[in-house]
Amino acid sequence: MPPVCRAAPTTTAARNPLAVLPRPGVSVPGPAAGLRCDFRNLPLQQRLRCSRPHSPAGVHAHEGEGAVSELVAAEDVLLFVNAAVTATGQREFRSSAAEQRFSLAFLHEYVRVNYRPVYAAALALDINDHNAALIAEHLLRTPKEAEPGEGRLIAARLALLPPQRVYRLFGALRAAGVNNRRTRAIVRAWLAARPDPALDAVKYRTGLKAALRHVHARPADPETGDFLFAPGRRVRYENATLDAHRRAHYEQGALYELPFTVAEGFAAKHGIPRAVFLERIAPRMTRLERLRTDRAADLSVMPLTRLALYVLALPFAERVERRAELTAALRAAARRAAGPYAGSWGRVAAVLDDSFSSSGSAVKRRRPLAVALGCHFLLEALASPGAYTPLWTSGRDDPLLVHPYGPTPLGLRILDALDTGPERLVIVSDGWDNAPPGLAGEVLRVWRSRLDPERATSVVHLNPVYDTEGFDVRRLAPSVPTAGIRDAEDLAALVEIAQFAEGRTGFAELRAYLDRRVEQFLKEAAP
Amino acid sequence: MTRIDLGGLVTRPAQVWGGVRLVPLVRDEPVPGLRLHREVYEGWGADSVALGDRTAYTSYIPHGFVADWTGTGAEAAAYGTRLGGEGEPTAVPVRRLHRMAKRRGREDRLRFLPLHLALEGYLALHFGGPSVVWDDWSREALRRGLSPRAEAAYAGWAVPGLAEALRVFELHPGQCGLLLYVADALASAFVVPHADDYRLLHPTLVEDLYGELVHQYAYYGAPVPEFTARIRDGAGGIRGLADLRAAALEQERAWAVAHDGLMARDLRETSYSFERAYRMGPFSLYRFLPPFERGGREQHIGEVITDRKGRAAYLKTFRLSENQIRKGYLLNRLADCDWHLGRTAEALGTSYAEVVRRVRGAGLGGLLDAHAVARRLREDQES
Repeated sequence: MPPVCRAAPTTTAARNPLAVLPRPGVSVPGPAAGLRCDFRNLPLQQRLRCSRPHSPAGVHAHEGEGAVSELVAAEDVLLFVNAAVTATGQREFRSSAAEQRFSLAFLHEYVRVNYRPVYAAALALDINDHNAALIAEHLLRTPKEAEPGEGRLIAARLALLPPQRVYRLFGALRAAGVNNRRTRAIVRAWLAARPDPALDAVKYRTGLKAALRHVHARPADPETGDFLFAPGRRVRYENATLDAHRRAHYEQGALYELPFTVAEGFAAKHGIPRAVFLERIAPRMTRLERLRTDRAADLSVMPLTRLALYVLALPFAERVERRAELTAALRAAARRAAGPYAGSWGRVAAVLDDSFSSSGSAVKRRRPLAVALGCHFLLEALASPGAYTPLWTSGRDDPLLVHPYGPTPLGLRILDALDTGPERLVIVSDGWDNAPPGLAGEVLRVWRSRLDPERATSVVHLNPVYDTEGFDVRRLAPSVPTAGIRDAEDLAALVEIAQFAEGRTGFAELRAYLDRRVEQFLKEAAP
Repeated sequence: MTRIDLGGLVTRPAQVWGGVRLVPLVRDEPVPGLRLHREVYEGWGADSVALGDRTAYTSYIPHGFVADWTGTGAEAAAYGTRLGGEGEPTAVPVRRLHRMAKRRGREDRLRFLPLHLALEGYLALHFGGPSVVWDDWSREALRRGLSPRAEAAYAGWAVPGLAEALRVFELHPGQCGLLLYVADALASAFVVPHADDYRLLHPTLVEDLYGELVHQYAYYGAPVPEFTARIRDGAGGIRGLADLRAAALEQERAWAVAHDGLMARDLRETSYSFERAYRMGPFSLYRFLPPFERGGREQHIGEVITDRKGRAAYLKTFRLSENQIRKGYLLNRLADCDWHLGRTAEALGTSYAEVVRRVRGAGLGGLLDAHAVARRLREDQES
């Protein structure tokens, strides 16, 4: 094993307990099992400076130990990507929202300090919106360490985020007193690119006002400016949306020209019965709003995971009644998600977790189960026709009627899956294997080392739940690559990332992959 | 009957959360003819009784169970818990709950309060009071109440980490029971006749009573390790998937054997003294007391409903702390010697002063006649 820098042995150790800890900027030996440095036990400053090939302090310390530090770096980056895909700062089955946010905040700081370019590059990956906004915020808050090209990445990602998230991000920047030149330019550019400023003014009034004030920007046009900052000045507006908002205060008909969320408030004010209101506002609703208010949603255009969540929210009787329709919609969504890869994966076996813990939490209700259900249909589409074997941990075999119940005997299910002799084995589970604990890892280890050393079968574990204590998604076995997953649609892309986690490819390949993704992302973002 | 018979229950792999280890017990077949229902009292069953002299006796009863037995077994297949078709549960004022086991409505239904029966048994161990001084004792009891009857117990939600562990626990299909370990000390055993009953009664575990030992262990204990599976794959050991499957199943069996023989041994092998509290059709409701042996064995009090063969259909235990065991032991010895301190000292092979010290140390000082004891001690010193 190549040498790893250790703290110089000192004689003061006995007197000063802190002296036994490594100096800042020094790589510490990893825990026995993996190469990742165990930063959880170090004081914060030292955590932030350990194993960092990119920091000024780290450059000198790392000469001559390239291989190890590269592997550490690759592991750290994959760990961060897994977290950024799965963690949303919300409560999960086994950890509270506060634990999630605390854990995530640390991880962001750690990666930002140690791997700044990679941290920014994560914006180009399929990470979730919560983390994308967090990364943008962290990058904008630390302008001194900025690397070239960051601004374009941030701007491109902000353009993809839902506007309410961006306004919330601007609010957070304002609260933190971040008002550097780059921030102002990015906020102005984003505001200028909004397609309908009047709609934003009506729908995100507070957010828009705060953002304009914060960066000293001019409103898009004088009317919007008056609407926001001097609402009494005009008797009427030329712009239809602004005028509808004015009239909606006293005229019931006008509120049906407004966005749903704004109209809702006016409807309550006018005492309009909910049913009548929903009936008439229906054409103004977005797709998600229609789904939430249980208007006849168009199942044929919904993304796969969203559709799976919808199906799982229906009572059993209705699922049975609409079996044909729901199955067809799920299959169609899966085929769309599979795209050109459909039917190209050969024999596939899947172990899908429908244990009690897949019920998620009150804020992420049945999310892990919905991901598993989505993966089920997607894998069915990816596998060669008729060559797909799904195995639910509960032993049930009707995917439409799954519900979270029972323990997680992953080990025995994996054995059943291997019995079918698949080319690919995909495990979708939160990584808690409890009947008996650890058996899944043992089965996979023995099978890899004794029965399939040539790697005829590729195994991937996809985990929809972020584990706050490990700063990563929970793994089943070191020999099996694990990737975080939030939407079943991303399965194919995640399997690609997961290959880096096997440790056979190094940091250079990972950087090349990230560069490729960034390039592609920026190309798509450019008009 | 001297032992608790957990026949028919299979141990499944444990689930660990922090310092709490939960071991599920699974039945292949539910016990026919007996169901348990939960009965919830209004206002959490808290009620107080004014005693007149500006003191009030307040008691808290989280829930009661209703046992329901039929000879036919037809009811055993019914899904879900029913309160015997009586509609909404009615409020039962606490002052009328003087009998802990009580026949309700129809002939085949018995309401009893979990653990109260057994706690009563433990507390009332000899508290008919010493027979030799019955007059004094009864006068004192009327005037001041039964002082040794105060025992500390904690509700489940006051035991750190227990509520969370019960929430994330994943029930097994067919699960009819649970062994609850805190810092790997058996805190409580809970067995019901039917899996559907268990599903509905699982949340009641957090409202139950636990001894002070359990509370302390949960506070000061560290997280316990999980017994993770290990497959030995030495040279040539595993040649195919069939071998691997056999090894995996062996792991499961090994855990069950290790658990039953090691962790639950004291519960299974200690001989208890059973006292039948109620007989209902083919079933009997017993409460049991441990032998109050000293020397490290864990001791439980509890209650059990057994079927004809003596196997536990319902079981609930309460772990005693060392102090409580010592107290029980002392009371037993005192009762054996008819509450004579001198003879007790002889039986224990120690001095009169030592016995007095131990009685006081056990919190039973109120039982002693201070004048007589002081006189005797003075005489001892002078002689």
